[in-house]
Amino acid sequence: MSVLARTEELLSRPWTLSYQEHLDAHGTLPALAPHEVIALAEGAGLRGRGGAGFPLARKLRTAAQGRGRPLVIANGTEGEPAIRKDSTLLMHVPHLVLDGLALAARAVGARESLIAVHSGLVAEAVTQAVAQRPDRVQVHVVPPGYLSGEASALTRSVLGGPALPFVRDVPLAVRGPQGRPVLVQNVETLASLALQARFPGRPPTVLLTVRGRDVQVLEVKIGVTIGAVLDTAGETDVQAVLAGGYAGTWLSAPRALDVPVSHAAGTLAAGLLLVLPHDACGVSAVAQLARYLAGQSAGQCGPCANGLPALAAAWELLAAGDPPAGTVDRIERLAGLIDGRGACGLPDGAAVMARSALEAFADDIVVHRTGPCGRRSAELPR
Amino acid sequence: MRRLRVDWPACKAHGLCAEVLPERVHLDDWGYPVVTGDVPEDLLRLAKAAVSACPVNALRLNPLKEKS
Ligand code: SF4
Ligand code: SF4
Repeated sequence: MSVLARTEELLSRPWTLSYQEHLDAHGTLPALAPHEVIALAEGAGLRGRGGAGFPLARKLRTAAQGRGRPLVIANGTEGEPAIRKDSTLLMHVPHLVLDGLALAARAVGARESLIAVHSGLVAEAVTQAVAQRPDRVQVHVVPPGYLSGEASALTRSVLGGPALPFVRDVPLAVRGPQGRPVLVQNVETLASLALQARFPGRPPTVLLTVRGRDVQVLEVKIGVTIGAVLDTAGETDVQAVLAGGYAGTWLSAPRALDVPVSHAAGTLAAGLLLVLPHDACGVSAVAQLARYLAGQSAGQCGPCANGLPALAAAWELLAAGDPPAGTVDRIERLAGLIDGRGACGLPDGAAVMARSALEAFADDIVVHRTGPCGRRSAELPR
Repeated sequence: MRRLRVDWPACKAHGLCAEVLPERVHLDDWGYPVVTGDVPEDLLRLAKAAVSACPVNALRLNPLKEKS
């Protein structure tokens, strides 16, 4: 039996690229008071869809209560090469995102709102959409890369600095680099807020990028199983799944198929479900990911600059087969050494990915002790 | 109780903090500090000394606060 996981709330058809089409399809945005916006976010249990999953209502409240006029930034950057859901959203329904941005600005009493994107087609679509609207929104283009979309790096870039993360003593929503609060919110979260304003009480949906034989962006209800999503996507050859993002969690099939896609299960994060087929070597996939993450490190924090390349090298030894004794222990130790020890979440995520891979590919790692497994090397988008 | 935090981009692995406050800081494989716990009242003076010993001001002593 196939369970249809697909819904169509966020990714409505037809695409609504012009402001008029958007108004025709979705109606005007209700005029809500700040506390009403926060109540909506709270009632629907909306959480950030950039990866961290922080409750939206709490962040709005914090920024609203901070000292000074908050700056609100919609985060439309998508630095991770495997993920497409935010750019898909911005190319299909940019005005839904911009409505959400207007609501968030209203909720926190902001006068300035910005949408940050990477350059390219998405930036063009967003710039056109912004120009058609009555409200004033600036478009900020950040440098390419995995890290430039990290909240503190993005904030710095918007304020004229380098797009590099920095260590915060308090959250940005309490106090940003200029003293006033900064609210950075993923574009999907904002689009969900805009839908809630029009249809309060509708169960919120989430966008996933499913990557196997094909690349698809699917909209689903939170809590569906990974198996139901892959079924809907037509992905049947599943050895293991990387859930959340490149710095996400590996789960091996068949167990993976029963795991729900949810914040609580740790499988939602930035909404990636990457399928590893049976003929590919999981250990090689992990080695590639570890190397990719090491390459994205800004190199400004010692444990990350040293630990990520060391972690990648250890996985590469394991992937090649017949690694030096103690390589698995070394991976565990390195994961512990990088976890929580940087200005941003990259090393923490790399630790999660590495630890989950040790578990998901435990049997393959045993095979690799004596030599390569003979399966083809995985190919991941970089 | 206070919490030690390292400003990672600023920290240059001079290691002085671990010498002044070995009760709460040791160094990793590359010479960067590993903070092993929060700072109670009786270690406060030493912790403050460790903070001022850091030549690049990379160690901070913050009040314990909930995240939001
Ligand atoms: S933790 Fe790593 S990726 Fe993050 S800012 Fe520091 S060096 Fe850069
Ligand atoms: S003294 Fe300062 S620079 Fe040196 S290791 Fe400690 S925190 Fe880092």
